[in-house]
Amino acid sequence: MGRGGSRAAPAAAAPPWHVLPDEVWEHAFSFLPADSDRGAAAAACRSWLRAERRSRRRLAVANCYAASPQDAVDRFPAVRAVEVKGKPHFADFGLVPPAWGAAAAPWVAAAADGWPLVEEISFKRMVVTDDCLEMIAASFRNFQVLRLVSCEGFSTAGLAAIAAGCRNLRELDLQENEIEDCSIHWLSLFPESFTSLVTLNFSCLEGDVNITVLERLVTRCRNLKTLKLNNAIPLDKLANLLRKAPQIVELGTGRFSADYHPDLFSKLEAAFAGCKSLRRLSGAWDAVPEYLPAFYCVCEGLTSLNLSYATVRGPELIKFISRCKNLQLLWVMDLIEDHGLAVVASSCNKLQELRVFPSAPFDAAEQVSLTERGLVDVSASCPMLESVLYFCRRMTNEALITIAKNRPNFTCFRLCIIEPHTPDYTTHQPLDAGFSAIVESCKGLRRLSVSGLLTDSVFKSIGAHADRLEMLSIAFAGNSDLGLHYILSGCKSLKKLEIRDCPFGDKPLLANAAKLETMRSLWMSTCSLTLGACRQLARKMPRLSVEVMNDPRRGCPLDSLTDESPVETLYVYRTIAGPRSDTPACVQIV
Amino acid sequence: MGDAPETSKTLRNWMGELRPSDQGDDEETLQLSLGLPGGGGGGGGTGAGLPPAAAWRMLSAREKEMRSAAAAAAAVDTSMLSLGYSAPAFSPRSPGKAKGSPAAATENARLASTNNASQARQRSPNTPVIGWPPVRAFRRNLATSSKASLEHQNGKKADKPEQTTKRAPFVKINMDGIPIGRKIDLNALGSYDELSLSVDKLFRGLLAAQQDPLDAGTKERSQEEVAISGLLDGTGEYTLVYEDYEGDRVLVGDVPWGMFVSSVKRLRVLKTSDLSSSVTNSIRPEEDGN
Repeated sequence: MGRGGSRAAPAAAAPPWHVLPDEVWEHAFSFLPADSDRGAAAAACRSWLRAERRSRRRLAVANCYAASPQDAVDRFPAVRAVEVKGKPHFADFGLVPPAWGAAAAPWVAAAADGWPLVEEISFKRMVVTDDCLEMIAASFRNFQVLRLVSCEGFSTAGLAAIAAGCRNLRELDLQENEIEDCSIHWLSLFPESFTSLVTLNFSCLEGDVNITVLERLVTRCRNLKTLKLNNAIPLDKLANLLRKAPQIVELGTGRFSADYHPDLFSKLEAAFAGCKSLRRLSGAWDAVPEYLPAFYCVCEGLTSLNLSYATVRGPELIKFISRCKNLQLLWVMDLIEDHGLAVVASSCNKLQELRVFPSAPFDAAEQVSLTERGLVDVSASCPMLESVLYFCRRMTNEALITIAKNRPNFTCFRLCIIEPHTPDYTTHQPLDAGFSAIVESCKGLRRLSVSGLLTDSVFKSIGAHADRLEMLSIAFAGNSDLGLHYILSGCKSLKKLEIRDCPFGDKPLLANAAKLETMRSLWMSTCSLTLGACRQLARKMPRLSVEVMNDPRRGCPLDSLTDESPVETLYVYRTIAGPRSDTPACVQIV
Repeated sequence: MGDAPETSKTLRNWMGELRPSDQGDDEETLQLSLGLPGGGGGGGGTGAGLPPAAAWRMLSAREKEMRSAAAAAAAVDTSMLSLGYSAPAFSPRSPGKAKGSPAAATENARLASTNNASQARQRSPNTPVIGWPPVRAFRRNLATSSKASLEHQNGKKADKPEQTTKRAPFVKINMDGIPIGRKIDLNALGSYDELSLSVDKLFRGLLAAQQDPLDAGTKERSQEEVAISGLLDGTGEYTLVYEDYEGDRVLVGDVPWGMFVSSVKRLRVLKTSDLSSSVTNSIRPEEDGN
């Protein structure tokens, strides 16, 4: 290798890197942390492309329709870990028609064929069938990690196949999936010789679990670090499990509810006292404040606390949280109220992420005293706070301006004022000034959700200032096409834009068509779009897939509809795979 | 379209790149859009450089129509009907759930609601909004189960602790006389009213098709479809019952909604005439399933 004696004429010497073998580049690329960096390197020249793609081990496909599974397998033959995401984010809230798509089967089939050495598979918002799970269990001899997030379409029969077939399984992580319960005792299918489990999360599973089998499994898997139980495990059994796995780092308690009994309390307290490594805690706690003190011994060590399913409230809850002085992540219900958040602000100074969920999202009469005050307090006192999701019923520009001034380090700011079009409740002005302050101050903001009464001018600020913004969610905001135009003509780093119920029409969409190819996807539902504009967009931009969805109850033969017909939902994404062929009747690709 | 020269200039600006020299037009257009009919509008602080009358004159008729409809659509109702999907039934929430806040009501009063149906979809007040607020389906029942368990906490000591499962799966629902059943997602509903509406939507078409075999297979929604009503109070042709985990058949509507969702295993829509008359007479009027 190398030049060997070309010291003679420096001007004529070829750059040395031309002749370095691929292995050297592969090693160099292994230091590139982000896939985008690897992608950039691959675009430099053919030899780098070859070296990079042949050494890529981890692949993240953020939109399953952006490329075909075969494209992915062909381009990156050495992948060991693959993550694929399917439905758009608004599918979480019921805005995507059933049977829309995002089937995992083609990906599993392609992987089985082209990536036999795959060790990790993650699917998010996809339809995963039992057949998929059976194929996974049968196809990859060193399969180790299965992560399913917000998926549906499978049952405990599929889990049984995984348990029985994956001898080297380390992680089975099921987050918020819809799993059909076939009453199959899938846990029993882990063989007695199986001891490799490190993560077991079945918190979203309805239905019963054989507790004896679970205990045996937990006992023999000495490396178990994460255990998240479902609601079928009673409290005293939880205590037993903890005694068998004191090395646990992350625990989901499942349903934490029983009538108070001093014996059970002592048992729990002792069990938790043994868990010296416990750092992350979650669970669906049903209003049993009397048991909270059982956790006191682990509070000091906790870095993550997810009480977003816990309906417990009152002084015991606040006292408990205030003891968790090292919390970095806190997810709670608004039952914590402003005064609880004030305590959090003073106790949990290392807080980085806060999420406050609504306990009664549909009941306007329900009075929970959680207002802008709580968020102001936390943002004032927690210097490392960078990620916020906050549901409340009222807000002021002044509060937002204060928050922006206190916390210019926000990377994610999602505010949801529950009633659409709610203005600043003291001045009755739109919240333009407040959100503008946020984007002007937080230069590193990557994700933003806006709400409340907003005019086009807030979008002007966002378009102009939010240079690093990658994902923007807008609902019930703006008053004309200009709003959308500001966003699409600004926001240099925008990748995902999701809009619902805004008066944005065809013009800004067509005027900024080129922008859409620089983005991953655009979602617009219940806006003022017409079919003609969508057709025009599709004609103009062949590398975009333009999907139109209308009322599934009406027949949807789009060819017969005129250009003036309103479009209920538009979903546009860039793709190299051409139009997909698995759309249901109510979805059409124009 | 584009009669006034200013208008076509505005349009041309939007079709191409916004150049610095166009900033002036941009500002004008900005002020135009902030100047909602009636003056002031939601813009508040930013004063319109042009008096509203002049601003409106600059737009072509179609533009005006679109803007007013857009403005009206934006502010006419706080709760707008937007299409959402909760497989398999489209379930509107019961009226009265999403109420206008006082400020929004002022907005409505101030703006002329020129609801141009051809541009903006007709939205009736108090129609519930699908998928809003943006919380996942299984969060929706936490409120009702939390209220129920709070009641227990506050002193109505129950004999046994509330067996609330946080997420009930899709439950099967069968209707007398219809061979094929449906599945219904109770998590997407929030009250008995909504359940009744969902059942109607699921089976209305099937029932009509059963009764008139000639209609079966046509996509056309025939006008002869009759709404299925009176499911909960014994007044209709059909009555809703459910089976719980113990296998018993129980009339729908007696317990709070949250408790119902956690104990229901499957649903049945039975002919009211099949139930004994003493039973139908004793069905209490449906309580607020909130």
